Amino acid sequence: MLEISGLSKVFNPGTINEKLALDDISLHLKPGDFVTVIGGNGAGKSTLLNCVAGVYRQERGSITLDGQRIDRLSEHRRARYLGRVFQDPLMGTAADMEIQENLALALRRGKVRSLRWGVTGKEKQGFHQQLASLGLGLEERMSVKVRLLSGGQRQALTLLMAILNAPKLLLLDEHTAALDPKTARKVLELSEQFISGLGLTCMMVTHNMRDAIAYGNRLIMMSQGRIILDVNGGDKKKLTVEELIQMFSTKSGEEVMSDRMLLG
Amino acid sequence: MQQILLGAVSLGLLWSIMTLGVYISYRVLDVADLTVEGSITLGAAVCARMIVAGNNPYLALGLAFLAGLGAGLVTGLLHTKLRIPALLSGILTMIALYSVNLRVMGMANVSMLRMTTAYTLIGRLLGVDKTVSVIILGGVMALFIVAVLYWFFGTEVGSAIRATGNNPYMVRAQGVNTDTTIIIGLMLANGLVSLAGGLIAQSQNYADVQMGTGAIVIGLASLIIGEVLFGKRNFFSRLLSMLFGAITYRVIIALVLRLGMPADDLKLFTAITVALALSLPRFKDLRDTLRASLGGRRRHA
Repeated sequence: MLEISGLSKVFNPGTINEKLALDDISLHLKPGDFVTVIGGNGAGKSTLLNCVAGVYRQERGSITLDGQRIDRLSEHRRARYLGRVFQDPLMGTAADMEIQENLALALRRGKVRSLRWGVTGKEKQGFHQQLASLGLGLEERMSVKVRLLSGGQRQALTLLMAILNAPKLLLLDEHTAALDPKTARKVLELSEQFISGLGLTCMMVTHNMRDAIAYGNRLIMMSQGRIILDVNGGDKKKLTVEELIQMFSTKSGEEVMSDRMLLG
Repeated sequence: MQQILLGAVSLGLLWSIMTLGVYISYRVLDVADLTVEGSITLGAAVCARMIVAGNNPYLALGLAFLAGLGAGLVTGLLHTKLRIPALLSGILTMIALYSVNLRVMGMANVSMLRMTTAYTLIGRLLGVDKTVSVIILGGVMALFIVAVLYWFFGTEVGSAIRATGNNPYMVRAQGVNTDTTIIIGLMLANGLVSLAGGLIAQSQNYADVQMGTGAIVIGLASLIIGEVLFGKRNFFSRLLSMLFGAITYRVIIALVLRLGMPADDLKLFTAITVALALSLPRFKDLRDTLRASLGGRRRHA
């Protein structure tokens, strides 16, 4: 499915601020894998996702998706295979456009855009049903500008846009970190619903260790640009937060994880 | 007085096509594109050259539009492919166009007096005078362009362009090359500005290499007047408000000139108007803060 091998990324190479963000990362995902990614600040979690998405170009290594090398494709060309939700709820939608216009943009991901009408009546019916599945009442406000939605509503909409045409890989980059706990829970549950319902392969970065254990079938922990822990299936289910903290300090040599990870 | 107003309306209709171009770059794409100062003159230069050579004035307008597309393409490529900031890209093209325009015209000023322009043909056909034929052609073209833009920005490509001005990150994540959408938008914007330049030059019977100076400010003034006075309920009314804004601007200018303001002060007047209009939200903030603090004091007293 997803095959990352020998991936390295350096920021500001050759300057005093040079930082090795990813250090020879190799990772293999099977179809249907739902991997949670945890680690402290600056561990390289988001950089890893952004390298897969094409926001950054890696220095070394390769990324293969379904047998196709994607690491030389530009960001917008990779987008056809990927669904992405960002940490900032404002990042995933166009604020001055209607809910249905945003969905229509997402529906055309990976397709050639022509001078056909941007949203058709038939598509609107489909959007109505799909929005209803979010359970937020957005299906009655389809022609409302996204600007008027709350952070949680926007994030739920971005999630729906990300899974709209069943991407090969779903990338969730701390997509609930900016939401209040109740809304975060709701968006996480929706994510889980879509991922299991559609059988999607997913990488979810999170700061929250409880969520990292509760969701998905595999957990990887990153520190200083490397994967220091990779737990699968049954072993993962038995994990506790205390064990994770213990493993983190022995594996990474760092005393504590960030407060956000412990308290989140 | 009526003649002055009619003249202002006719000029406003021609400038409204330019305002629609500015709307595309400034509002839809969220780029302050200074190319327009050069591309409006480019359209005038192309038309003057064509008409002096005895060509069909409508063909000249078509060519002016195409030339404007080219100017927008250059700015777009500078900005997207060479990563030069948008403002600077526009300035570079604008400066380059000054030389290009001189080459197109062969001199700094070309007269089309007593030659066949787009308006003389309409005047002859319908038996109306110059001002009326300007209003007819300008009005028909402006409304036609509003209709075409409304359609275009509703299409898949047009939606992607609108979204680019809103949130380029999101647009790339949805598989759109934002370089392409920015380039298309800038081309369309400058095509319209150049077309307007051709229409304006033909109406005043001359093209001047300096005529673009301050055009961006006039465009912005018209745009803001349109938005403030004629609402922004939906996309169609926003486009239409550009027409009304451009006409209102011309009427205001005609009136202040009539009231005795020296024509030399016109650009200063326009610049101050635009500065005030653009800072309007800031004044509103200030007023609200003042009100809140005054209200607070009263409560404490």
